[in-house]
Amino acid sequence: MEREAVQGPPLSSRQIRRIVLDQSKRAHVGHIGSALSIAEIMAALYGHVLHIPDPGDPDRDRFVLSKGHAALAVYAALHLKGWLTAEKLNTFCADGSLLGVHPEHALRGVDFSTGSLGHGLSMGAGAALAARLRHSRRRVFVLVSDAECNEGSLWEAVMFAAHHRLANLIAIIDMNGQQAFGYTDQVLSLTPMAARWRAFGWDVQEVNGHDVAAITETIAGLETASGPPHVLVAHTVFGKGVSYMERQIKWHYWPMSDAEYRQALDEIDATP
Amino acid sequence: MRGAFTKTLVELAEREPRILLLTGDLGYTVLEPFAERFPNRFFNVGVAEQNLVGVATGLAEAGFLPFCYSIATFISLRPYEFIRNGPILQRLPVRIVGVGGGFEYGPAGATHYALEDVGIMRLQPGLTVIAPADHEQARTAVLATWERPGPIYYRLGKDDRTVVTGLGGRFELGRIQLIHEGAHLLILTMGSIASEVASAAAALADRGISCTVAVVASVNPAPVEDLAALLARFPLALTVEAHYVSGAVGSLVSEVVAERGLGCRVVRCGVRTTPGGTSGSQGYLHHSHGLSSNALVQTALKELEVQRAST
Repeated sequence: MEREAVQGPPLSSRQIRRIVLDQSKRAHVGHIGSALSIAEIMAALYGHVLHIPDPGDPDRDRFVLSKGHAALAVYAALHLKGWLTAEKLNTFCADGSLLGVHPEHALRGVDFSTGSLGHGLSMGAGAALAARLRHSRRRVFVLVSDAECNEGSLWEAVMFAAHHRLANLIAIIDMNGQQAFGYTDQVLSLTPMAARWRAFGWDVQEVNGHDVAAITETIAGLETASGPPHVLVAHTVFGKGVSYMERQIKWHYWPMSDAEYRQALDEIDATP
Repeated sequence: MRGAFTKTLVELAEREPRILLLTGDLGYTVLEPFAERFPNRFFNVGVAEQNLVGVATGLAEAGFLPFCYSIATFISLRPYEFIRNGPILQRLPVRIVGVGGGFEYGPAGATHYALEDVGIMRLQPGLTVIAPADHEQARTAVLATWERPGPIYYRLGKDDRTVVTGLGGRFELGRIQLIHEGAHLLILTMGSIASEVASAAAALADRGISCTVAVVASVNPAPVEDLAALLARFPLALTVEAHYVSGAVGSLVSEVVAERGLGCRVVRCGVRTTPGGTSGSQGYLHHSHGLSSNALVQTALKELEVQRAST
């Protein structure tokens, strides 16, 4: 029961990174590392996976960015899809803009507002249940952070989705091993992540979170019409693509200086 | 009221397929009429109130009208942030149904008392807040509001027998309901404690003191104009609620008096202290906190005397 994405040009994760860097620099804000770590996941979802004929189509696939602090990567994808103008994109973090650091449902293309961790998977489970009640084949994708699995409310949703066998619910864990104030294995161990989700009744797939083709193919192989809900444990590198940000706690919050910005662009541009 | 709620919801669900009922594992002997009539539209999500509200938010985004049922304190406090960041900020028609306002779960102990639910809900401008006084008004209120855009909090009582004299099941959004008219004292009340207030007013009448008594069931939108008009006519008003004195009707009335520059003195009858370790019947707890009809009569007499002495 594979559902085709609406075909368009494939999204380049390099373009997503470029937008993340440009907008973060222009707005002088942080959360850069968190957005960089999901560039390939965004490229796979918006380039190949999500069936969204139009952001207003009621039967579109839904996407919940439960790790809302990486919204800039979503804005980049929406822009590259042609659903968000450059003019609007350039209002990121400006007064009166709908493009804040965390996503707002009022922005066309954002299905649910998020920003407080542990909330998105519940809403996604409700959206998946709604699809079943409507006899729709639409699917719901929820991108959570690994540290978000600290939240008890997330596990309430994990149990609910498994109990109701919401096969059309696909969670993706951005498994970058970091959180705001430390490394996840030092703050509150999540090991073994895959076994925990499996023990709760989910179908678990492990994937390289920086391999667009692998993410796309893994999702294409999921049975979303019946059976358990699915989770992709996407192994990622925090700050991926910018050497001085990779695996560095500082880049959860820190904004770039001019020199850091230039170096980041050089490194991104040098990436194939 | 909870029985009236279920009956009313079944009737509405017969003609409105968007209505769903979700419970956090509560409502045994109450929700069965809905669960049996609409087994595919009833979900016991388990003892998980945050997820209950989160799931309802996802359902509402897809066009459903999910009603989330639990004990008032559990469904208001535990998932409060999910209510705010979900249906309130995203303007979705989730209905939060809290049963057992005030001390209605008396013997169950303090964890089960809903003494701040209306206050915290009233803080949210985007949330309709309805606190009916009896089961007849609960039915009218649900019928009048179920389809309203945006989220709603219904604070319901457990009692499906008591009827508040003079109310006749009336409800209108943004309005008060007068249940008695008199010249000496104004009493404003909310929720099922209204029956104690009606008894107190009758006892005061026997002593030659006539009261105007109004029910505030539409807490948000608040009946500001109705309140202002009434408060302008009285030098003394009592507010009576099975709730902490801050946050709900006592606060609302005080705000109206202050913002309109009215001269009325407001005496807030409600809960002023954190419940101690002792529990007991609802009647016992009402009396302990000055909310029984006898206690209200005594407060009214005392405050009228204070009023007389000061003028």
